[in-house]
Amino acid sequence: MLLAGAAGTIFPFQARGSLVARDGQIIGSNLIGQEFTSPRYFWGRPSATSPTAYNAASSSGSNLSATNKGLVQAVRERIARLHAADPTNTAPVPTDLVTASGSGLDPHITPAGAAYQVERVARVRHLDPKRIRALVEQQTEGRQLGFLGEPRVNVLRLNLALDALERS
Amino acid sequence: MSWPNLLQYAVFLLIVALLVKPTGTYLALVFEGEKTLLDPLLRPVERLLFRLFGIDATEQMDWKRYALCFTLFGLLGTLLLYSLLRFQSVLAGSSSAYLTTPLTPDLAANTAISFATTTTWQAYGGESTMTYLSQMVGLCAQNFLAGAAGLALGIAFIRGLVRQQTEMLGNFWVDIVRATLWVLLPLSLLGGIVLVWQGVPLNFDAYTPITTLEGRQQIIAQGPVAALEFIKNLGTNGGGFFNVNAAHPYENPTPLTNFLEMLAIVVLPAAFTHTFGRLIGRPKEGWVLFGVMTALFLAGLLACGWVEQTDNPRIAALVSSVSSPPSGNLEGKEIRFGIGGSVLGAIATSNGATGSYNSMHDSYLPLGGAVPLVNMLLGEIIYGGLGTGLYSIIIVQVVALFLAGLMVGSVPEYLGKRIGVAEVKLVALYTLLGPMVVLILTALAVVTAGGKAGLTTNDGFHGLTEILYAYISSFANNGQNFAGLSANSTFYNLTTSFAMIIGRYGQGVVALALAAQFAKQVRRPFTSGSLPTATVQFAGFLIATIFIVGGLSYFPVLALGPFAEHIRLSR
Amino acid sequence: MQTSTKPNPLKTPESSKLQRRKVDGTGIYRRAIAESFVKLNPLTLYKNPVMFVVLVGTLVTFALTINPDLFGSQPGTRLINGLITGILFVTILFANFAEAVAEGRGKAQADALRRTKQDTLARRILPGGQKTEEVSSTQLRKGDFVRVIAGDLIPGDGEVLEGVASVDESAITGESAPVIKEPGSDVASTVTGGTRILSDSLVLRITSNPGEGFIDRMIALVEGAKRQKTPNEIALTVLLAVLTEIFLIVVATLPPFANFVGAPVSIATLIALLVALIPTTIGGLLSAIGIAGMDRVAQFNVIATSGKAVEAAGDIGTLILDKTGTITLGNRLADEFIPVGGHNGRELASVARAASMFDDTPEGKSVVKLAVSQGATNGYNLDGAESVQFTAQTRMSGTDLSNGVVLRKGAVDAIKRYVVDQGGETPPDLDAATERVSLLGGTPLAVCEGKEIFGVIYLKDIVKPGIRQRFEELRRMGIKTIMLTGDNRVTASVIAAEAGVDEFIAEATPEDKIRVIKENQAQGKLVAMTGDGTNDAPALAQADVGVAMNSGTQAAKEAANMVDLDSDPTKLLDVVTIGKQLLITRGALTTFSIANDVSKYFAIIPAMFSAAGIGALNVMGLTSPNSAILSALIFNALIIPALIPLALKGVEFKPLSANQLLTRNILIYGVGGLIVPFICIKLIDIVVTAIGLA
Repeated sequence: MLLAGAAGTIFPFQARGSLVARDGQIIGSNLIGQEFTSPRYFWGRPSATSPTAYNAASSSGSNLSATNKGLVQAVRERIARLHAADPTNTAPVPTDLVTASGSGLDPHITPAGAAYQVERVARVRHLDPKRIRALVEQQTEGRQLGFLGEPRVNVLRLNLALDALERS
Repeated sequence: MSWPNLLQYAVFLLIVALLVKPTGTYLALVFEGEKTLLDPLLRPVERLLFRLFGIDATEQMDWKRYALCFTLFGLLGTLLLYSLLRFQSVLAGSSSAYLTTPLTPDLAANTAISFATTTTWQAYGGESTMTYLSQMVGLCAQNFLAGAAGLALGIAFIRGLVRQQTEMLGNFWVDIVRATLWVLLPLSLLGGIVLVWQGVPLNFDAYTPITTLEGRQQIIAQGPVAALEFIKNLGTNGGGFFNVNAAHPYENPTPLTNFLEMLAIVVLPAAFTHTFGRLIGRPKEGWVLFGVMTALFLAGLLACGWVEQTDNPRIAALVSSVSSPPSGNLEGKEIRFGIGGSVLGAIATSNGATGSYNSMHDSYLPLGGAVPLVNMLLGEIIYGGLGTGLYSIIIVQVVALFLAGLMVGSVPEYLGKRIGVAEVKLVALYTLLGPMVVLILTALAVVTAGGKAGLTTNDGFHGLTEILYAYISSFANNGQNFAGLSANSTFYNLTTSFAMIIGRYGQGVVALALAAQFAKQVRRPFTSGSLPTATVQFAGFLIATIFIVGGLSYFPVLALGPFAEHIRLSR
Repeated sequence: MQTSTKPNPLKTPESSKLQRRKVDGTGIYRRAIAESFVKLNPLTLYKNPVMFVVLVGTLVTFALTINPDLFGSQPGTRLINGLITGILFVTILFANFAEAVAEGRGKAQADALRRTKQDTLARRILPGGQKTEEVSSTQLRKGDFVRVIAGDLIPGDGEVLEGVASVDESAITGESAPVIKEPGSDVASTVTGGTRILSDSLVLRITSNPGEGFIDRMIALVEGAKRQKTPNEIALTVLLAVLTEIFLIVVATLPPFANFVGAPVSIATLIALLVALIPTTIGGLLSAIGIAGMDRVAQFNVIATSGKAVEAAGDIGTLILDKTGTITLGNRLADEFIPVGGHNGRELASVARAASMFDDTPEGKSVVKLAVSQGATNGYNLDGAESVQFTAQTRMSGTDLSNGVVLRKGAVDAIKRYVVDQGGETPPDLDAATERVSLLGGTPLAVCEGKEIFGVIYLKDIVKPGIRQRFEELRRMGIKTIMLTGDNRVTASVIAAEAGVDEFIAEATPEDKIRVIKENQAQGKLVAMTGDGTNDAPALAQADVGVAMNSGTQAAKEAANMVDLDSDPTKLLDVVTIGKQLLITRGALTTFSIANDVSKYFAIIPAMFSAAGIGALNVMGLTSPNSAILSALIFNALIIPALIPLALKGVEFKPLSANQLLTRNILIYGVGGLIVPFICIKLIDIVVTAIGLA
């Protein structure tokens, strides 16, 4: 109530949902993940929202139990999809790329999850993997205050930077 | 567990410990009506409110009247919220096109009850059900008022142990006004601003439609999230603005917000132990309770964290032959929190009678998910709900003291108050309520079609756990869930409502009656023959009692739920 | 607790031969076995919720033994159902047996008392007072007058109006030495029905109707006929009942869960689980503990009118004791002569000896004895001397010699006045001597010959040996002791310090007693006191635990809730211990009983749900589901008789701090309660498997 006015004036960007624009067009929120399926982009975490993935008007996790056969099935399909997009990659698949996030809107992946995809993105975009690796490193956020949370990469921000890198 | 996670836990508990004394003292001052820094600002508001509602601040209430006010207040809140929810579509609405879940009478009633009881159980998804008006005027207001009512109940219980030869436990109206003005409002204002800084939105914008990088349409739900976010934790309510609650990046955008929100859940109930110790004139008693709570909290953190950092063996088998170090069970968790922040959330929310989980407990490994389940089954005594957590643990302590007192050869007493027939009867009734409601409703659900229909995601051992989780969460006024259970059905809306009401009012009224029994008595002097309760030995005995009283009631169903599932998973 | 056999320094040799109250064991057990079956009656068993549930369970499993498919097709066999039925039935018998044994001891005592209570012929004095008629003692009513003569059994409780006689009261007190009864005195004027007059004759006024006399009340008490549950016992019963209800819910909701996960269970197994879980151990022993507590008090020759009083004794916070007779030996003894006015010790001793020659009190005798040992000379010719008795007015006594010399000893101020009246002077060092004696806690007596004061006798109060240690024990238990005395402050403070009491009230009146009791009660403490006189009765009634001496008046005995047949006030300390033991035994066995459930769960649950694949929880490695269930149940049944001795004897009470005591008992009964059944159930399982039961 009172808070709305105060916070809105001090932190207008955050109060409106941390929305980001490109070329004058709002293309998302820093905080809300988007679905990426093209091999050109880094993919985010699997999303269990319905009816489509990353439905930001209806957040949801999969709620599959650890013993649920559906979970194993879904993971198997996701691995297959990753392998199909990048058949030459034989590295172990990072778990975050095959397990659904809690919100279905997780904007982040782990640095390992990004590293796993570097070769693929570089190949599709015909870029030097080193540059992309450097980009990933640059986009990696450490733990807050050094001990809170986990190191992570914001997928939307990384992909925006990736597009910018290619344009330049 | 990685050292940053351990450090996070250590810092968390250290901050809580450091806050206990100042916060607890402040609470004591507030409820004793003594001078505080905020007086110049709030005294006039208080007087205004008293005049507006015709509250006689000097009136003292016996337990029956206090209980009546407490219950009526809840009933009134429930009715108001119910009407608001039922008519929200007629009233000023927002983005009503996205509100796909209809507020049926049973869902509206369930929601109204759940907010009045600080359960804030979510049978609905916030962004797909509630208008901003409902969120702000209805849910947010109840977050304050129901939280304040819990605090009032707690302070009345303390008075029962402090006072002598009286039946009066204070004035309910004065207590909730002071709880709201002096405690909840200032803290949530402060907390709210920090949350906005970290990225929690606070607007009344329409849901934002955007085109994503890959050209897809995405509609981003918006709203006055920050206004609700802090108080829902502070008041140990926990009903999320969004469906996935604190896992949603808008509710909980950074590890820091996660840390602060979890702190908000724990601080007041933890500090309340000191309020108690201070008012009773024996701060050590408060510290021992705090110590016991903290030890159990830490045990839960370590147990759950240890389980969750391991891989789900079935997934590990798929992703790679070598999985070292294990990435942990990430299904249903957010990367920014990782295992450490998620588990901290699971333990803080399950212990703090708060539903604002930040990861999907349903997808935890069987034993990992068992930890929040057990926390709730133990009776929300580890910090617990705002105000209610204290009497929950004291009632277990009374059971422990009854046996311990006998074992040292004296007629049992607590803080100089006799534990006689009347007291034991009330404690027995209180203790009986939990197993009675939770086990019978769970049994009912697994034998009826309506109950089994909720198991749309998981089945078998895990299905049993889901249902048990739903009822203990309702009864404990926690509100978190194993969300795979489709709980928005007439069956679950009605049965969980019943559990919430008994958990809140059944237990609350019994606690007040017990407080009155204590208040009537003279405090017997402490002699060398009295059993000191502020000792390591007694704290140990209390912990054993907590586990035995809780464990004996729920061991069989736990064996058939999480334990059986764990054995199956590891096979 | 071994107090009963510990030599009590304060006990007279006569009272220690009260082995009469130890009753013949085999008879009790034989009777108890029979009683165990009588007690199966559901109407009486209903009062014990825990055992009643077992009875219902037994009936159901019995039905399932006859027809295993009674409630639809069930897993499980007739044999197993039959075995379960048998074990459950034995469980109830064991619990009944425990109670019967405890009661049996009281009954045996009651029988002994009843034998003294035969109908006798009484000589009722007819109106007019001259003639008597012979009537049966049962026809006597309150207010009747009777005459008893040597050899008669006294026909009822009464008050002596005329005569002096010796009476044998051994039937009640066990004390064989006869007591003298005479009218007028507080203590000696009451007689009890069933005792025997040995010499002379008495005229009595009967003070109770038939069936309401002292012996009748005693019989009822030791028999436990009117035994009411104490508040604490009720509270515990509530707790046990609620535990039972919780387990009923737990067990009743299990079949839905079990069916849901596809691991159905049989009803017989469910009942087995229920009985194993509900607190049968403490439920079966609870009343035995209470009865045994009363009985232990009785073995100390104390009759408690209610279990509540015994329990209250265990929790008293303040103990009020008379100084004289309780803390100190009744008599003060001469300890020292302090000469004044230039006289020497030998002169003083001589005067004191002569002045006390006719003083037959222990004090007087002690003066003579001390004087002789100090070299008193026979300087006074006592031939034809006359005794001057002590009176409240003169406050002195002495000897008038035939040669006109007057010798006196008495209260210092009385002697002073006496000397001054005759024109004498008080020696300047008299006051210093007097004060010195007071500071030592003694009573000073001045001695004079004619108008000349020779000196002061220091009469010393002798604190009973061993009393200090007992107060020490009390203090460790958290009990405050208050000494009441008529002495002045200085004297009282010295005795208080010497005896080690916490507080004292000097120059106390009977009203002070009530005031002190009320003050302590207002602080929420339970107060115990001892008393014997009629003027103690209000205070005895006011106190939470009032112990009347059997030698005391009827009024005192009626006001008190305990009567000490040996009239030994320090025995209250033993009663306190028994009260504490009573509570400790209940607490310890409840804790033990509840702790046992953990291992029973680990025995039964994995066995029950082996179909659900939770065999990994079978941490004890029990052979088979059936053997696991049977072993847990057999343990559950056997633990009851195994604990009967402990229930009857009581858990040992050590005068430790509450915290130490808690630690100790938690280790023994809590941790022990966790571990013991794991071991025992495993052993029983081995035996069950070996003999091929399951």
